[in-house]
Amino acid sequence: MHTQEPFLIIEPGRAEKNYWIDLWRYRELFLILAWRDISVRYKQTIIGILWAIIRPFLTMVVFTVIFGRIAKLPSDGNSPYALMVFAAMLPWSLFSNALSESSNSLISNANLIGKVYFPRLIIPGATLVTAFIDFLISFIIMIGMMLYYQYAPGWQMLLLPLFIILALLASIGPGLWITALNVKYRDFRYIIPFVVQFGLYISPVGFSSKVVPAQWQLLYSLNPMVGVIEGFRWSILGGNSSIYLPGFLLSLAIIIFFLWLGVSRFRKMEKTFADLI
Amino acid sequence: MSDIVIKSENLGKKYVIGHQAEKGRGVTFREVLMQNARTLWSKTKDLAAGKAIIQGDTMEEVWALNDASFEIRRGEAVGIIGRNGAGKSTLLKILSRITEPSTGRVTINGRVASLLEVGTGFHPELSGRENIYLNGTILGMTRVEIKRKFDEIVAFAEVETYLDTPVKRYSSGMYVRLAFAVAAHLEPEILVVDEVLAVGDAAFQKKCLGKMGDVAQEGRTVLFVSHNMNAIEQLCMRCILLEKGTIRQTSSNVTQIIKGYLFPSDQEIRLSQWINDGEEFENYWFKPKIFFITDAMGNSLSNPVSNNQDIWIQIEGRIDRLDPALEIGYSIYNVDGIALYWSYFNDQEVSQWPVFSRGEIILRTKIPKRFLNEGIYTIELRASLRCRMWITEPGKKSPSLNLIIQGGLSDGPYWTEKREGVIAPLLEWKGKMKNK
Repeated sequence: MHTQEPFLIIEPGRAEKNYWIDLWRYRELFLILAWRDISVRYKQTIIGILWAIIRPFLTMVVFTVIFGRIAKLPSDGNSPYALMVFAAMLPWSLFSNALSESSNSLISNANLIGKVYFPRLIIPGATLVTAFIDFLISFIIMIGMMLYYQYAPGWQMLLLPLFIILALLASIGPGLWITALNVKYRDFRYIIPFVVQFGLYISPVGFSSKVVPAQWQLLYSLNPMVGVIEGFRWSILGGNSSIYLPGFLLSLAIIIFFLWLGVSRFRKMEKTFADLI
Repeated sequence: MSDIVIKSENLGKKYVIGHQAEKGRGVTFREVLMQNARTLWSKTKDLAAGKAIIQGDTMEEVWALNDASFEIRRGEAVGIIGRNGAGKSTLLKILSRITEPSTGRVTINGRVASLLEVGTGFHPELSGRENIYLNGTILGMTRVEIKRKFDEIVAFAEVETYLDTPVKRYSSGMYVRLAFAVAAHLEPEILVVDEVLAVGDAAFQKKCLGKMGDVAQEGRTVLFVSHNMNAIEQLCMRCILLEKGTIRQTSSNVTQIIKGYLFPSDQEIRLSQWINDGEEFENYWFKPKIFFITDAMGNSLSNPVSNNQDIWIQIEGRIDRLDPALEIGYSIYNVDGIALYWSYFNDQEVSQWPVFSRGEIILRTKIPKRFLNEGIYTIELRASLRCRMWITEPGKKSPSLNLIIQGGLSDGPYWTEKREGVIAPLLEWKGKMKNK
C-alpha cells in the first residue's frame, strides 16, 4: 500500500517507456472490452450466435457449387472439394472479421478515447478476441464436415494454432494502420468492405492455390493470406495439400512487415487520437 | 520527500484550426474543377508525408492552454474556474493523459483517476450489473475491487431491483445515478473531476457533492472543475483561475478569487456601450449607431450597476428606407453563454409599436430592477427584416455590450449576498394569522 508510486512525466513527444508494461497492466480492460463486444454482438437477434455458423457455411456451399461443380476446378489431392473450401473459409473469415472490426474499432469507441486514458492498442486488440470466438464457433462445422466425410486429420493438425495466430497477425497489422488513419480520414471506412470482398476472390478460398500457374506462384504469394490459407489446408487436410515454401516465407515476411508498419504508425498517432476523433 | 503530487511547468496546448476562405464570385465551372483538383493533390501529398490535413484554406493556431505552471500538494482540493474556452477541460485532459501537451511538462506522483464524464463506456444493451463492471474497469478499478464494492455501489445508486435490466430501459435519472455511483467508489490518490455534478436532480447533486467532500476529507487530492461557484466554495481550499488559456490567479482565498472571477476589473468586460465606428452594419433599413445602458433619466450608466435601479437599454440608429418588416430588439446572455431571453419592440400589441419614418431613431426599453441576479451579462442588439434577412445575425459579430449587476439585491437585512439562481426577482410576500 505504501510503495512509492513511480513518477509519471507528461511531456510532448515523450514515448512512454512503460508502454508495454502498461498494456499488461490494463489486461482487465482488454478482457472486459472483448467480453462486451461478444455479449452485445447478437443481442436482439432471434437466432443469435447461429449467425456465426450460417454465414461461412452458406458461402462455402456457394463456392463448392460454382468452383467445384460448375467450373470443375480440381481439389487438393483427393480431399472432398467442400472440405477444401471450408478449410480456407475458416482463416478467411477469421482474417476478414478481425480486419474489418479492428479497422473500425477506434471510431466506434470514440467516446472512450475522448474521456479516459489507456493504451489505445487495447481497443483494436480486443476485436481480435471477438473474431476468434466466431472462428471457434465455425470450427464446429469443420468438425461436423470431417465426420460427415469420414476424413481423419493427420499430425499436421497439431500445428493449426500456429496458423491461427498467423491469420490474426495478418489482420491486426493493416487493421492497426487503418484504424489509426480512420480517426483522421474517414475515407478508410469505405475501403475496408471493398478490400474484404475483393480479397475473397483473389485469395485461394474457393479454389486451390495449385490452380495458379507455377511461374506466378511467388507473385501470388504477395497476398499474405495465400500463405495463411495454404497453411490451414495443409494442417487440416493433412497429406493431400502441400505448402509452397518460398511463397509461404514471402507471405510471412509481408505479414511481419505490415505488423511492424501497423504498430509503429499506430503508436505514432496514438497521442493525437483524442484531438482528432 | 516532497508533498507535491502534481507539478506543472509551462504547460501549453496548441490546436490548429482551419478556416474556409471566402470564395470569389464569377468563378467558372472549369476553375472550380481545377481548384478542387489542386486541393486534392496537395492533400494527397500531405497524406503521403504523414502530415495532418486541415479542412479549410487558411490555418490558425489557437493556444487552448498557454504557459501554465502550478503545484498541487497531497490532500489538497483544488478548484479550477474560468469561462468557457478558458482551457479548463484542456488542462484536465492533459493531466489525465488523454491528450498530449504541445509544450512544457507535468510530473505526477500518484495514481490518477479522471472523471470527465459520468457513465463513460456504458453500453445500453448491457444490464446494470454488467455495466458496473464495464464502467468500473474503464475508470481503472480492478475486478476484485469492483466485486468488493459492488453492494455499496448498488445501494448508492438505488437501483437494486433493476440490476439485471438493460440500462437502455432505465430512466435517465437512474442511469445517471448508477453512473455516478460507480465513479464515486473509485479510490485513486488523485481524482480529477470535470463538471460532472451538473447532472441529475437537485437532491442527487447534493448527494454527489457530499461524496466529493468525503473524498477530499479522506486526504485524497482532488482537482475539480465547475461552473457552480457554490460547489467550488464548499469543496475547495485553493482555486486556480484560468483566462484565455493562461493562469490568471492562484489563491487559497477561494471566496476572493471567485469574486474576482465574477466581477472582473477588466476594461473590456466593463464595456457598457457600443458605438458604430462609421462603417459597420451599412444598410438602408436600419443602421445601428449607438447602443448603451442608461438610468431612468437617460444618463448613461457604467458597470457595475446596482440591482436597486431600473436599467434602460437605449438603441439609436438611422433608417434610410422604410420597411414594415423591420424588427429591432436585443438578446441577453449570461456568463456561460446561455440565452436568458430575447425581446423585440413588436412583442407588444400593434397599437403600442413606435412609428418610424426615415431619419434617426431612438428606442428605449427597461430591464426592471431586481429582476436579474448578480453577475455578468452580455446584451446583443438584434435587428432584422422579419423572415427575410438578418441585419445583426446571432452567432456572428453583433453590436454588444456587457451589463454587470452587483449589489442592491434587496431591502431586507439578510439578502445581501448573491443567491444561487439565474434570476433574482424580489417578490411580494403576504401573511397573517389564520383565525383573525
